[in-house]
Amino acid sequence: MNTMLSINNLHASVQGKAILNGIDLQVNPGEVHAIMGPNGSGKSTLANVLAGRDSYEVTRGEVLYNGENLLDWSVEQRACEGIFLAFQYPVEIPGVSNIYLMKAAVNARRKYRGMPEMPAVEFLKLIREKIKVVDMKEEFLHRSVNEGFSGGEKKRNEILQMAVIEPTLAILDETDSGLDIDALKIVADGVNSLRSEDRAFIVVTHYQRLLDYIVPDFVHVLAGGRIVKSGGKDLALELEKAGYGWIEIAPVAEAADA
Amino acid sequence: MTTAVEHYVAARNALVLPGTGLDWLDELRNAGTRRFSEKGFPTLRDENWRYTNIRPILKQNFTPVAVLEGSAGRTEGLSQHLLPGLGAYRFVFVDGHYVQELSDATGPARGVVAMPMADAVTRGLDGVKTWLGACVPEDRGGFTDLNTAYIEDGLYLHVDRGCHLEQPIEVVFISTEPGGQLIQPRNLFVLGENTRAHIIERYISPAGRSHLTNAVTELVACRSSVVEHTRLQEEGMDAFHIGGVFIRLHGDARVVSNNAALGSMIARTNLHVALQEEGACCHLYGVYLGNGRQHLDNFTQVDHRAPKCTSNEFYKGVLDDRARAVFHGRIIVREGAQKTDAQQQNRNLLLSGHAEVDTKPQLEIYADDVKCSHGATIGQLDDSAMFYLRSRGVDETTARGLLTYAFAADVINKISSAPVRNHLEGELGRKMFGVGRPEELS
Ligand SMILES: Nc1ncnc2c1ncn2[C@@H]1O[C@H](COP(=O)(O)OP(=O)(O)OP(=O)(O)O)[C@@H](O)[C@H]1O
Ligand SMILES: [Mg+2]
Repeated sequence: MNTMLSINNLHASVQGKAILNGIDLQVNPGEVHAIMGPNGSGKSTLANVLAGRDSYEVTRGEVLYNGENLLDWSVEQRACEGIFLAFQYPVEIPGVSNIYLMKAAVNARRKYRGMPEMPAVEFLKLIREKIKVVDMKEEFLHRSVNEGFSGGEKKRNEILQMAVIEPTLAILDETDSGLDIDALKIVADGVNSLRSEDRAFIVVTHYQRLLDYIVPDFVHVLAGGRIVKSGGKDLALELEKAGYGWIEIAPVAEAADA
Repeated sequence: MTTAVEHYVAARNALVLPGTGLDWLDELRNAGTRRFSEKGFPTLRDENWRYTNIRPILKQNFTPVAVLEGSAGRTEGLSQHLLPGLGAYRFVFVDGHYVQELSDATGPARGVVAMPMADAVTRGLDGVKTWLGACVPEDRGGFTDLNTAYIEDGLYLHVDRGCHLEQPIEVVFISTEPGGQLIQPRNLFVLGENTRAHIIERYISPAGRSHLTNAVTELVACRSSVVEHTRLQEEGMDAFHIGGVFIRLHGDARVVSNNAALGSMIARTNLHVALQEEGACCHLYGVYLGNGRQHLDNFTQVDHRAPKCTSNEFYKGVLDDRARAVFHGRIIVREGAQKTDAQQQNRNLLLSGHAEVDTKPQLEIYADDVKCSHGATIGQLDDSAMFYLRSRGVDETTARGLLTYAFAADVINKISSAPVRNHLEGELGRKMFGVGRPEELS
């Protein structure tokens, strides 16, 4: 089996400030990796670097995606190659409707693969089917992207987009934060319904609770810009009980530079 | 060497204009010539022209064009540039002169007079005598005087009280080869009591030659009329365009003015709205889209002369490359104009670090019981929104286009005519991004 995502000694900084200090992570098709860790440890930074946000500068290391240099690709190329980021803070885009964005997303990927645009009827069918999974009203399709959505609605909308786009590697950045228990199940169902042998997920979360519904194959602890501990799903339970205090966090930047 | 002013006065005196010899008309034109000779063109020292240097316009002596003989040559192929699907009564002027073959003036409703100004002045119609020049304010400026000196052609429209026009009236001004023309349309629209109408004024120059359009439109909205006036300035990138729009609202009249500026090297519109009687209400929407080295200047003046009038002004600009724009929003609330409600918003989106905008609100309030607000913003495309769209696979150019459409859309959407809205969105895409209009954003 070929590794889907291979992150090796990844360093990244923002405005000259080092945030990721040597991340190593291997993700194979079919796997679900959970990433936990204290606030400010670099989880969102990692997610954004993978998606290609250019305000983060990669200073060292490499990321291979199906053997190719992910970091050489534009944001949209990564998306077309199957990478999807569910944002911790989804962005409001007044004037662009939700359904238009999803249609543009679906057709961008098809174009990338040399396929014709999806016929309108087929697209509508797809979207009606997917919107049921996330239990959203159809009116949300015609509203501007995330504009005036509640916190929970925004998160569901991320999952709706994911379900429609059907990515190969989905990175969920705290999609469970701020969700009530029903919404949490809906989000988990959204993920589980997409789980398959050729897809992988990186799920960033603070709560063990989500992992009751999305059972991960691996749990990693990110602290000080590095993965300081990895384990199976039981690690999340330990973290829930004991916090992060017991994990020894190596001094970062210097150690990594050595 | 003759000065520019001398050139334009001499060129005027060499013309035989329609209706010459009619006292009222001679007087009107001569007063224009006189004032123009005295005051000349505006300079950067004029408070209202501080940001727009017209010297490039004065470097060249533009010359008036004689009436076309038949449709010979010059009108050929022009119909392809007209907007399809408008369903309008259409009046087309080529290089300043009415061309019947391109127009479709068949059967405007009863109670409507619509004819070329050249005919209207020659016949000395009452409406023309009463209103021509009446809406032009004291501080008109040299270009308006120059236009008045040359009054020749344009559209005269008179709608009798109570008439509702279902279809828009479209007035198109096309400039053609060989360039160097002075084109001075003069329009007068008189909307009687309780009328309803939408008038679309469009300026294009498909040949892309350098010329000077110096247009003046006067619009009288009588008591309780409901009028929409849409002005599309889409001349070629080598054109110079000066446009005066003078609107006067009587009691309870309601006017929506849509003003789109896309074309011309240097363009300036002077929009003056006088809220003359109690209860009048105007909505002024504007969008200006500049790229290359364009200079687009929007001067607007709303004059609250009576109590209980409302004005709501909303202008948006998108500027790329080294384009420059000016928004000058003057609001005057006269003594006694109590219960005035005046709002003004100007928002600008800069797509390039070299684009510039000067935005200047100017409020002069001489009444105490008024509600006035104004605001201006200048910003760039939102990085997070760009990243969000691109992370869904939308390429960078399309993402910029989408966000720019979304920015301009709320002003464009105020235009009631769908074909005009679609046309503008398409032009926005073509002009700013080299792509067409994305179907349905919403
Ligand atoms: N644009 C930025 N400018 C300055 N500092 C930044 C910027 N983006 C991130 N940081 C800093 O980088 C560090 C890591 O941030 P990041 O968002 O990756 O943390 P996180 O692990 O996702 O935290 P949380 O659990 O609170 O979401 C933080 O200290 C944050 O303040
Ligand atoms: Mg985070």
